[in-house]
Amino acid sequence: MSTLVQPKVRIRALGKVFEHSTAPHPALDGIDLDIADGEFVTLVGASGCGKSTLLRILAGLEHHSSGELLCDGHPVRGPGADRAMVFQHYSLYPWLSVIDNIKFSRRLKANRGELTSADVEAASGRADALLSLIGLEKFARAWPRQLSGGMQQRVAIARALMGRPAVLLMDEPFGALDAQSREVMHDLILHIHRVERTTIVFVTHDVEEAIYLGQRVVVMQPRPGRIQQIVPVPLPAQRHQDMKHTPEFRALKAEILARIKASAGMETDADLLERLNAVQATA
Amino acid sequence: MIASSAPPRRPSIWAIGGRLSRLQYWSFAALGLALPLLLWTLLSSSGWVDPVFLPGPLQVLQRLGHWALEEDLLGDTWISVWRVFGGFILSAVIALPLGLLIGAFRPIEALLEPLTDFIRYMPAVAFIPLVMLWLGINESAKIAIIWIGTFFQMVLMVAENVRLVPLAQVEAAQTMGATRGEIVKLVLLQSAKPAILDTLRITMGWAWTYLVVAELVAANSGLGYAILKAQRYLKTDTIFAGIVLIGLIGLLMDQAFRWLHRRAFPYLHARG
Repeated sequence: MSTLVQPKVRIRALGKVFEHSTAPHPALDGIDLDIADGEFVTLVGASGCGKSTLLRILAGLEHHSSGELLCDGHPVRGPGADRAMVFQHYSLYPWLSVIDNIKFSRRLKANRGELTSADVEAASGRADALLSLIGLEKFARAWPRQLSGGMQQRVAIARALMGRPAVLLMDEPFGALDAQSREVMHDLILHIHRVERTTIVFVTHDVEEAIYLGQRVVVMQPRPGRIQQIVPVPLPAQRHQDMKHTPEFRALKAEILARIKASAGMETDADLLERLNAVQATA
Repeated sequence: MIASSAPPRRPSIWAIGGRLSRLQYWSFAALGLALPLLLWTLLSSSGWVDPVFLPGPLQVLQRLGHWALEEDLLGDTWISVWRVFGGFILSAVIALPLGLLIGAFRPIEALLEPLTDFIRYMPAVAFIPLVMLWLGINESAKIAIIWIGTFFQMVLMVAENVRLVPLAQVEAAQTMGATRGEIVKLVLLQSAKPAILDTLRITMGWAWTYLVVAELVAANSGLGYAILKAQRYLKTDTIFAGIVLIGLIGLLMDQAFRWLHRRAFPYLHARG
């Protein structure tokens, strides 16, 4: 059957040109990528490589200029509940309690009269289950602003999972968190991935994060945004923080970092480093 | 005793962004109100200034008492409050949905915002002859002046309140399958509500400042009218009494709005 081989997300020759007032600016060019059902894929690259733009196109929040984009075999024409997104911050609704934030997508359906009372009960059960999955049972009635940044992102993840999306899109969701919270969030999202079996596309500029979370790391390069290489991560499915200190992990990280640096062509940064070294040498 | 064992000193209240205790806050507030009052008392009782130009606080208070007992202070206040509320509510009823639409949809913004910007610079006072021609000299004319003074500002401020809703809140709703109407109703409006209430509080103040202008139009009652009439007869104590009264009512309204804000939006005032 063809459904067995059909990828969750299929991207072919996808291009994006931003029509600025001055000149058209190519943001993405010739993107080919298949994402399998239940896969955890990370997109990494220097700033300006188009990784966030690609994610926003997957979400339907931006339109691609050329090429083909299918989710579950259907062309993506705009945002939809099958592709929920977790943003870096400021996306929770401060006027709703934690539990009501998580139930927001159900409230939409209830307002449209698309829910039966059995659905509502099932939804409550799902919301409670997600709440305990993110470990915030005690904070069900709290307002978002009473939570730490890490806890807020956990709520945002639960809210996105509520409607059982086909794909969970994450745009640098842990970028604003401190190092300790990030590690907790890494293990949490891996656990969620195991439990929920959701397909996850995760954008980050942190190579270590990309390797630790991803089954495949898609390395992108800028001007215009392209896929430079797709790196399968040779780590066991069950990840552990100690793995970050293994020689293979560090070798992979060094390799990907080198590729990103080479492609980004950060001349000004290189210049500055050289000058700083020169100053230190004379001192 | 070693220096390090000394208890840490409280940061100065004069530090930038420094903090005041409740008592300190109200002490300064009382001082801020008492000082001008004292200055006023001294100046008026010193004999340097003719009491015709500057009546003392006591004289103004007496005048207020007389106004309340012998004349119709309550009636004047009531009719003025009615006019201000009439103009204000009429503004709000139109400005809220319109501002929401301008803030939500670019074509409506392009259609209406430049026009509104243009009209809001026109002086409300200058509309008096037109309003009298179009609406006559009855109550609707007075309400219209207050409406002209507040409506155009209110629309623009509400639109700005809506525009300042974080994009991530809107986009999150989109990726949860919300329709345009649902986003306007369940995200934009809910998110902007506290800011909109502040806009109403501020524009309510402006509505009061247009009261005297509105009562220029063939009024025979009201606080603004009393002030205008007193000018004609050089009754400065009445002018002072009217101004102080309008100030007090305004202060009361402002506090009521602040109270409402705390009641309606507990999530903004909750402690982490």
